[in-house]
Amino acid sequence: MTQTPTPTSVQSPAGPPQISERTSRRSSLTQNVLPSWLWMALLGAAVVLGAALSALLGFNLATWFIFTAVIYVVSSYIVTRTRVNKRRATDALWMNLIYLAFALAILPLISVIWSVASVGIQGLMAPGFLASDMQGVTGLTDQSSQTEGAPVLGGIRHAMIGSLLITIAATVISVPIGLMTSIYLVEYSRGGPLSRAITFFVDVMTGIPSIVAGLFAGAAMAWFLSVFSGVTGLLSTQRSTLGITAAIALAVLMVPVVVRTTEEILRVVPNELREASYALGVRKWRTILKVVLPTAISGIASGVTLAIARVIGETAPILVTAGFVVNTNWNLFQGWMTALPVYIFRQFQNPTSPNFSDPSEQRAWAAALVLILIVMGLNLFARLIATLFAPKQTGR
Amino acid sequence: MSKRVDAVDLNVYYGDFLAVEGINMSIDARAVTAFIGPSGCGKTTFLRSLNRMHEVLPGARVKGELLLDGENIYDPGVDPVTVRTQVGMVFQRPNPFPTMSLRENVLAGYKLNGARLSKSESDDIVESALSSANLWAEVKDRLDRPGSGLSGGQQQRLCIARTIAVKPDVILMDEPCSALDPISTLAIEDLIGELQRDYTVIIVTHNMQQAARVSQKTAFFNIAGTGKPGKLIEYDDTTAIFNTPKEKSTEDYVSGRFG
Repeated sequence: MTQTPTPTSVQSPAGPPQISERTSRRSSLTQNVLPSWLWMALLGAAVVLGAALSALLGFNLATWFIFTAVIYVVSSYIVTRTRVNKRRATDALWMNLIYLAFALAILPLISVIWSVASVGIQGLMAPGFLASDMQGVTGLTDQSSQTEGAPVLGGIRHAMIGSLLITIAATVISVPIGLMTSIYLVEYSRGGPLSRAITFFVDVMTGIPSIVAGLFAGAAMAWFLSVFSGVTGLLSTQRSTLGITAAIALAVLMVPVVVRTTEEILRVVPNELREASYALGVRKWRTILKVVLPTAISGIASGVTLAIARVIGETAPILVTAGFVVNTNWNLFQGWMTALPVYIFRQFQNPTSPNFSDPSEQRAWAAALVLILIVMGLNLFARLIATLFAPKQTGR
Repeated sequence: MSKRVDAVDLNVYYGDFLAVEGINMSIDARAVTAFIGPSGCGKTTFLRSLNRMHEVLPGARVKGELLLDGENIYDPGVDPVTVRTQVGMVFQRPNPFPTMSLRENVLAGYKLNGARLSKSESDDIVESALSSANLWAEVKDRLDRPGSGLSGGQQQRLCIARTIAVKPDVILMDEPCSALDPISTLAIEDLIGELQRDYTVIIVTHNMQQAARVSQKTAFFNIAGTGKPGKLIEYDDTTAIFNTPKEKSTEDYVSGRFG
């Protein structure tokens, strides 16, 4: 294909005109540019100066941080204001304030992780901590641990198993209910009174205090058992304090979270995909099952995982529904159960040996560390699922 | 395969709003019929009522009769899903299923309905549908790759392959080339020319040259003003519509003097 000569193609053999002349002359468009190392230099100076000022008041980390932040923000504003212009200075000021807000927001998180990890690591490393329960651990053994340096006995095996079983049961109860509710809201309802009522009550459920959910589950289970034994004559001695009761309480807390997250995910599935499926003569329920849900599966899975992470740290509803024991209980439907948060609470509140509480506190901190690790692991797992199951967009 | 379509006094409503009014037309089997007209004149609404896809939107309904080889698809006992297996549809934007491979996309009409196919049956369906859509040579080595990895024009041909894989009688196309470049458009237009040997093809287009190139008959729709229903103004052989239109508004539209 022959090209007709254009002004550029005619001009191009001569090359762009006089580059050297252009660079030597100052353009009217440029303004004073500050060197990029200046900010690191300012920050370094602020750190040193902040340390010095803080030392005057008796050195500590908090005042050091505050002085450094104030000096850096103010000095970078002044430098930009005097050397560049007012607009850039305001821009830099707000950018620094936003970074500062981010640092302040993340500070408690780092602080919590650091303090729990530094205190809890000793207990976690104690032999048998993950593999044993609290059976046989008495005030006497703790006393000998604290006074004579004997190894700290006891562990969280029963608490981890309790947390695991209760959370799995809560997930099994709440995910089908929550997912089907959101499928109704997104795919079937047409904005009628029923769907508005559901949305309203889901919002109300989100705000239920967890202890109320626990009391509800306990009362519901007691009522169910009394009616059941009244009708059949069986289970008349069964108490309502069970692992499954705690699972129901957690499910009450999980359902609104699952509904909310999955509803949002289902709403972003493009309508074009549903129409494409309908146009092939596919029924609605099959379209939902085979097109909508697979497209949304990554979001659903990560939403469910986040809901699990939300309830696994609940203490009060499990304490009032499943109670507290020292031995391992594998049966959700028989006897009391311990969960990790309840274990932590009990170890702090009622140490195994009231006068020698150090071993109990060590176990509590280590259990707290395990709980944090589990929650962080679940969050990472949710992200992993989201990327693994996401529809493939590669290959273009 | 390939059925004729007749609309008799067809009105289409969205709730109380009358979107398309009083359509009477006979669409031939084994031919390409183009719908042209300004935006909002009800072409797409009418097209979607031909396979009851407009019912997906809340409040949409139809009065009148729509006959597929003489059988009214709006009879009370008719299941819209049965209608859609006979009247396939290709959309404005290519919409392959992102969770499926190329091969699964072509077989979607069977797989989503839970049909069991042997390996050789499904291989035959995939090859013949992709060949009919002029896509086989380009993708035969990567059938297990995701459908979203293709170019826009290839994706649209994949969607056409998916539609013809289930062997419909009528294929509806809603501006199938509006999101494509001229070369992909040419490929689709060639394909439409081949499809008319076996299928009744009905295409909505904003591109009048395209209507003139691909169709034997053309229907011009227009609207009297905002909030008024769209109407069928003129329906005739494509050459007659573009060269010797009977209505003044048709002539204005096809010659670019509209409005």
